[in-house]
Amino acid sequence: MHMLTIDNLHARVEGKEILKGLSLAVKPGEVHAIMGPNGAGKSTLANVLSGRDGYEVTAGSVNFDGRDLLALEPEERAAVGMFLAFQYPVEIPGVNNTYFLRAALNAQRKFRGEEELDSMRFLKLVREKLKVMQISDDLLHRAVNEGFSGGEKKRNEIFQMAVLEPKLAILDETDSGLDIDALKQVAEGVNALRSPDRSFLIVTHYQRLLDYIEPDFVHVLAGGRIVESGDKSLALKLEEQGYAWLADTHPELRKADLAGAPA
Amino acid sequence: MSQAPSPFVRAALDAATAVPPSGIAWLDAARRENLESLAETGLPESRNESWKYTPLRALSQRAFSLADAGVANGFVVDPSSFALPGVEGSRIVFVDGAFRADLSALEGSVGVSLAPLGVALETQPEPLRFALANRYRRGAADAFAHLNAALAIDGLVLHIADGAHVGRPLHIVHVSSGSQPDTAWHVRVLVDVGQGARADVVEHFVSLGEATQLGTVVADVVVREGATLGLVVLQDASAATTLVRRSHVRIEANAAATVHALELGGALVRHELTTELVGDGARFDSRGVFALSGRQHIDTQLEVRHNARDTASDALWRGIADGRSRGVFRGAIVVAEGADGSDASLSNKNLLLSAQAEIDTKPELEIYADEVKAAHGATIGQLDERSLFYLRSRGIPLAQARSLLTLAFCRAALESLPNEALREHLGDLLVAHLPTGPSAE
Repeated sequence: MHMLTIDNLHARVEGKEILKGLSLAVKPGEVHAIMGPNGAGKSTLANVLSGRDGYEVTAGSVNFDGRDLLALEPEERAAVGMFLAFQYPVEIPGVNNTYFLRAALNAQRKFRGEEELDSMRFLKLVREKLKVMQISDDLLHRAVNEGFSGGEKKRNEIFQMAVLEPKLAILDETDSGLDIDALKQVAEGVNALRSPDRSFLIVTHYQRLLDYIEPDFVHVLAGGRIVESGDKSLALKLEEQGYAWLADTHPELRKADLAGAPA
Repeated sequence: MSQAPSPFVRAALDAATAVPPSGIAWLDAARRENLESLAETGLPESRNESWKYTPLRALSQRAFSLADAGVANGFVVDPSSFALPGVEGSRIVFVDGAFRADLSALEGSVGVSLAPLGVALETQPEPLRFALANRYRRGAADAFAHLNAALAIDGLVLHIADGAHVGRPLHIVHVSSGSQPDTAWHVRVLVDVGQGARADVVEHFVSLGEATQLGTVVADVVVREGATLGLVVLQDASAATTLVRRSHVRIEANAAATVHALELGGALVRHELTTELVGDGARFDSRGVFALSGRQHIDTQLEVRHNARDTASDALWRGIADGRSRGVFRGAIVVAEGADGSDASLSNKNLLLSAQAEIDTKPELEIYADEVKAAHGATIGQLDERSLFYLRSRGIPLAQARSLLTLAFCRAALESLPNEALREHLGDLLVAHLPTGPSAE
C-alpha cells in the first residue's frame, strides 16, 4: 500500500506549465530523493503538495493516505500528516517559537479529534524532542526564526518535524546555504526521525546531502516529469556526469531542460 | 454671516437649559461663554485640517439631549462589568456622566485625594477656577471642548500628595448605560500628581447597552517635578457610542509620564492627546493600539511639545483596520526654540485586514531648536502572505494564523506595560476583538 501516490500531475505557475505529467509513488518508511536541474519543477512539486497559493493544478491527482490531498487546505494537509521543511523558513517577529509550536500541535490534534496538550505535557514533549535535535533552550524562547542563523533555521525546521511527527516529510532544498557541519546536524536529526511508518521526500539539487541521509530511491525530475529512477547510485552518476546524458534516452527533453547541472 | 445652527448645536443649546446653575458666578459665566462659542462656530467641517479625515456631517445632523441623571443614578450596574485584573486601588465610577458613589471606592490609598467634581466645587471651588474658567480658543476645532465645558456637570478631581508612592492603580470608569437613546454625557477630569509622587491610573470606557450615546471627556493632567505617572486607557465602548476626548498632559522638570492606550470600541471615536514637556529632563512615552472593524471610525491625534531642555519622548502606535472601518492617526512632535538636547521619536505602523478598510496616518515634525535628535516614521501594510502560509503549513487554521500575526504586530505597543495581570488582560481583549474569519474582500 502506498502512502503517497502522485499520478500524472500537471501544474501551472503564473500561467506557465511547470509540472507536465509527474507520477511518483511512495510507501511508508521509504526515503525518496528528487533531484534535477534548476527550473525542473522541484520546488513547484514541494509547494503544490503543501498547498501554497499561486500554484494551479490543471490535471492529475495526489492521493495521500487514502485522501484526495489537493482538496485539502494547507492546515488540513498538516493535520493529516504532511510536513514541509522550507527552503527559506520564515521569520515571524512577535510570535514565540514555543507558543507557535504548541498552537500548531494542538490545532492538528483538535482536527484529528485528539485531546489538546496543556503546557506541562507540551513542555515534557519538547524536552524529549530536544534530545533528537540539538537546539538550545534559548532558541525556543525567541520569536519564530527571528535572528536565527541559516543553520539554526534549518535545525528549527527539523525540530518542528520531531514535535509534529508527520507521516510524510518533504525537505525542500534543506541543504541549501548550509556548511558541512550544519548539514551533518540536520541529517542526523532526519535520520533519528526515520521510522517504518514515516516517509521522506528529499528535494535537492546536490548529491552531498544524500551522503548523510541514505535514500531508498533517487528520481530525476526534468522538464516537469520524473524521467529516470534508480537507487542511490543514480545520485552518484548525476554528481559525476551531470544531466546532459539524459538527452540520449529522452530525446523529448530539450537542452534547456537539462541545463544547470550540479556543480 | 451666521448660519442656522445644526440640529447638533440646537440640541446642545436645549440641553444647557437643563444644567442647574452651580451657584458659582465664574463657573456659570464660563459655561455660558463656552456655549456661545459652540453656537457661533458649530462643529468643525472637513476643511478644518485637524478634522479632515473625520467628517462630522452626519453627527451634526443628530440631536442629543442631556442624559437624565435620575435614570443614570438608578441604572443597575454589575461591578464585574468594569472589574480589571491588576487594578485594585481607589475607584471612581460615572454612569452616563453621573458620579455613582455606590459603585465607587474613593478611600483606601494613602496620599490620594479622589473626589467627584461636584463635591470639590461645593467645598473648595477656588483652586479649580484656573482649569474650569480656562477659555479655549474660539474656533470650530475646539467645539467639543466648548461643549464639554458648557455641559459637564460632574467629573473628578484627583490629587496625589507630594512624595506619595501609590502602590495600587487607581481606576476611573466611564460607563455608557446604553439605556438612554440619543443622549449625551460629559465628564471633566482634573489630575494633579504632586512633586516626586508615583501613581498609576487606568481610564476605562465601557458600555452596557446598545442605545446610541455621545460622551465627551476633557482631562487636564499635571505631573509635577520629579513625579511619575503611568496612565492606561482602555476604550471598549459599544458600537453605538460616539466618544470625543481631549487630554492635556503637562510634565514638569525630571518628571515622566507613560501612556498605554487600547482603543477597541465605539462607532466614532476621537482622542486628542496633547503633552507638553515644560521642565528640563521631562519625559513622555506613549504606546497605543487601535483595532477597528465593521464601520468603526477611530481618530487619534497625538501631539508632543518639547518646550524645555533635555526632554525626551517616544511614541509607538499600531493600528489595525478590518471590514469597512477607518483609522486616523496624527502624530506630531514639536520641539520649541531653546529646547536643546531634546530626543523625540515616533513610530506608527498600520495593518489593513480588508480591502475596504482605510487608515490615514500623518507624522509631523516641527523643530525650532538646534541640538535635537528626532525620528519618525509611519507605514501601512497587510499581513505577510509568506508568514500566513508558514503558520498554516504547520497546521494552524487560517483565522487563527491571521489573529496570531495581528497580535504579534501589536505586541511591541503593549509589552512595556509593567502591570502583568493588566497587560495580559489587554492582550486577551485585543485577541477577542480581532476578526476570527477571513474578512470580506
